[in-house]
This record gives sequence, structure tokens and C-alpha cells, in this order.
Amino acid sequence: MTLKRARRLSRGVAIVGAGMSKFGAFKEKSSRDLFVEAFAEMKGSVDKGLDAAEIESLYIGNFSSDLFEGQGHLAPIIADWLGLLPRPATRVEDACASSGVALRMGILAIASGLYDVVLAGGVEKMSNLPTERVTDTLAMASDALYEIPAGLTFPGIFAIMATAHMQRYGTQPEHFMRIAVKNHQNGALNPKAQLGSTIQQVMQSRVARAKERGQPAPPWRDEMDFLHDAQANPVVAWPMRLFDCSPISDGAACVLLAAADVASRFTDKPVHIIGSGQGSGPALHTSDELTSLSAAKVAARQAYEMAGVTPKDIKIAEVHDCFTIAEVVASEDLGFFAPGQGGFAAAEGATALHGERPINTSGGLKSKGHPVGASGVAQAIEVWKQMRGEAGARQARKGKVDVALTHNVGGTGGTCVVHIYERR
Amino acid sequence: MAERAFTADSFYTYLREGKLMAARCAQCGALHLPPRPLCNRCQSLELSWVQLQGKGKLAAYTAIAVAPGFMAAQGYGRDKPYCTGIVELEEGPRISARIAGVDAAQPERIAIGTAVRIVFPGDPKGPGDQQGAAMPVLTFTA
Ligand SMILES: [Zn+2]
Repeated sequence: MTLKRARRLSRGVAIVGAGMSKFGAFKEKSSRDLFVEAFAEMKGSVDKGLDAAEIESLYIGNFSSDLFEGQGHLAPIIADWLGLLPRPATRVEDACASSGVALRMGILAIASGLYDVVLAGGVEKMSNLPTERVTDTLAMASDALYEIPAGLTFPGIFAIMATAHMQRYGTQPEHFMRIAVKNHQNGALNPKAQLGSTIQQVMQSRVARAKERGQPAPPWRDEMDFLHDAQANPVVAWPMRLFDCSPISDGAACVLLAAADVASRFTDKPVHIIGSGQGSGPALHTSDELTSLSAAKVAARQAYEMAGVTPKDIKIAEVHDCFTIAEVVASEDLGFFAPGQGGFAAAEGATALHGERPINTSGGLKSKGHPVGASGVAQAIEVWKQMRGEAGARQARKGKVDVALTHNVGGTGGTCVVHIYERR
Repeated sequence: MAERAFTADSFYTYLREGKLMAARCAQCGALHLPPRPLCNRCQSLELSWVQLQGKGKLAAYTAIAVAPGFMAAQGYGRDKPYCTGIVELEEGPRISARIAGVDAAQPERIAIGTAVRIVFPGDPKGPGDQQGAAMPVLTFTA
């Protein structure tokens, strides 16, 4: 047996229900409360109804409830709060890819034949800590011995990829800004989004506020002007500015997975998982390339091979845009655009909601929010809605999305997990 | 004399002594920076310390304005950004490091490819390691 053997699931798996909490900053809610919200919505989404007793096991993605909330060992607490004791509940930690990997663990558990019905989800409650301590906590997903001592932060490492990408390919800060504009436009159509306004709207409300206070009107002609203003859009880690970064978020998401042979008990519109891939990668300084994530390329190759599809077949994709540069890199690593073309393609509108290759119709992590342990499964929920024609005002391709992909990155590329979905 | 263990503790102890040290694999010849006790190319445990010259060029960089706690405690932040980047050494390996001798307030003027050399002892006020002692900060200057 070699690693080259084509990998297949020995049993089909489908998503048959999906739900998420609103994403945002919710002082009064802990992660278990957020998860209950997601679970209640998921239960309501199961077309033929769900008796919760049918759930056999739970896989819960969470990066660091320990540091964010002072709560370790989260999974059994969530099982208890959902009324699902004494079922096995397992916490999965792969930084920001925690729930993408939890989803994969759930899929593998069903494919193994052990279970028929599994709950996969994720949660993070980040807003209790001040920004500086959130920065420190997220940085722990990079190398504490050789990256953090150099003063690197999470946005800092992605910013390094950005300067490398700019130098190598001529990518411009304006390309990053166009991605922020696009993701805010999509997020404004998503009632679950944390930053549910377009950048145009953010700009206009600041103009209105200045007027109210009798201050001179800000000089912005349009949203790009606004994004170039160092006061309105300050640098976080150059060239990444505030509007290039996903926010600090609280939220939870979960999907109900069922073996394909029992899916019809729950719905006549299942979303089948036809490809799953996962890879691991090194710290950026020891990577072969500074403009690509090797783990993402590995995960994508596995998922495409398993699904028997190519990048051309993907109708929409949710990719891990923790920072706008990450969306550029993702769109290249996944094979949607040639290396170096991701920023240009996005700036030309190719990835817009009604572009040739819609990316992050949900608003992405950038606008929808990024409760890190919930993001991977929240991506799967967007795909579920789009593929079932239930995405409302942000519905892509007139509801005809037969093949879709999600791409979830942990840390700065240490983990990447890719899934491919099909509606038959 | 027995080699020091191929740990971060040894790496930073050498740095305090004014030496940038990497580990060379005796079996496949790979040069590892940071050092490691097992060659990740061939799994060999036979390594030896090699001193690097500490000269290289800036492979990519950023100027950080939202600083982590230990940098903020030293006054770095929005009003005082700092440059950090990845240095490609003449011997081949790359490493993350603080970059001095450039204007972090004008990051668009910092050039990838700029020649840099290591400075000792670097900034002594790094983050605390697991024992609570501050690690020195690997620092290069343009
Ligand atoms: Zn070796």
C-alpha cells in the first residue's frame, strides 16, 4: 500500500441539517450558549425532523476556550447542554481549522461504519479578552519558539506572505481592498454576518456622523478612497490594514451528518460530501514558497482526486480569508487561478457574487466573522444553503450550484482541510 | 566534548554568546535552521552544530502596528511600529527575525532583497519562555 493509492470513503456521507448562531460580539453568552443556538437552528433545518436521540457522536472544533474563557475540556459540556449525554463528544483542535477537521472526523467516523448519524460543529467565544490578549492567543497557533520571539503576530505572518506576493507577482494593495469590498458586499446580504454593512455604508455612516457633530466632511470620494485613508483604515501589519482583517468574533456552527444510505430519513435534499483532504505544513520561514500554503495544495489535491472533479467544476467556494491576502493565496492554491493571478482576478470581479467564480458568498471570515473554532463548519453551512437554493438575497448561480468547495486553514498554514460537496 | 542538545534552549544560549547556530544532518547533509534533534528529511538523529555567518537578504517583511503583549509593553504599537521579516541566509536557510535599520513607519520604502546582517545580542526583551526567562530576539539590521 502506498500513499499514492486513490483515497475513497468506503461509505457515502451527506449533510442533512445545518445551523449556526449569529456571529458577533455577545458579552452575555458563553460558548455553550452559542452552540445551543446553532443546534436549535440545525434541528429546525432537518426537512423531515430530527429526534436528537438519533445522534450517535459529537465532534466539536474549538481552538482555545481555555485561554478565551478559562474553560478546558469543552466537548462533554456541550454534549450536556444539548441533552446528548452520555454520547462520546470529542474536541478537535487545529487552530482556525478546528471545525473543518471536526467535520472531517465526523465524516470518517460514519465512513468507517461505526456510526450512521453524527453531529460536527465548532465554537469560539473570543470577545471576552482585550484585543492585545486576543492577538497573543491567536499567535500561539504559530511557532512559539521561533516566530513569536521575532515579534510576529497572526496578521504579521500573513502580511509577510503579502509583501512576498506583491514582490513576486505585482499584486497591489488595491487588490486586497477589492476583496474586502466584495466580501462586505456579500456579508451585507447575510443576516448571520457580524459586519453586515458594505464598506460604502460604513463610509457613509461616518460621513453622516461627522456632519451631525459639525465636523468637516471627510474627503472620501468612494470606498477605495476610504480604504486608502490611514485614519479610517489604519495599518495592522503592513500591507494588511484594519479592513483586510477578519474581526474578533463569537459564534457557533454545526451540521448533522448522515450515512448516504440513511440520509433520506432526514431529507430529500441532502448535500453529499464527495471529497475530503487534509494536509499539514511548516512554519512560513521553512516553507519552500512564501506565496503559497503547501498544506492547502496537498489537501486540495486529495479532495479533487477523491471527488473526481477539477477546479473548473467548482461552482462556488468558501475559502479561508482570515486576511484578504489569504483569499488571494487560497484561490491560487486551489487551482482557480494561476499563481500570481488571484489578486488581479478578484480585482476584475471574477470572484464576485455574480462573477464567473463566486468566492465567499457568505461574506467570508472577513465580513461574516471568524470565531476561529466555528469557521470551518460555518463554511459548510454556506455551501449547504447555496446548493439547496436557500441563500436568499446572496444566492449564486440562480440556485444551480451542483459542486462546491470549502477550504479551511489552521494557523498560518500548519493545517489545511478541503471538502468538496455535490447536490445530485 | 558532547554536543549541546539540538533545542531552542541551546539555540538561544548560543545567540546570547554571539553565535547563530544551525544543525547539519550527517546522513543527508540538510542544514536545519531552526535546529532540530531529528532530521525531518531523512529521520536521522545524527546532527552536528554549524555556525552561520549571519549574513543574508530580506526575503519578505511586514511592519507591525498592532503589537503582541511583550512588544506593546516596550512601547511598540500604532505610534511606533516595528519591522519583522524573514531573512534568507547566505548558507540557504530562512528564519523569522526582527529587522533593524529600516524605517517601519514607511514600510512601502523597505525593499525585499535588502542585504542584512545579524546583530548581537539583539533585543534582550523577548517573550518569556516556559521557564519564564526572556528569550533574546534574533535581530538583523539592514
Ligand atoms: Zn537528514
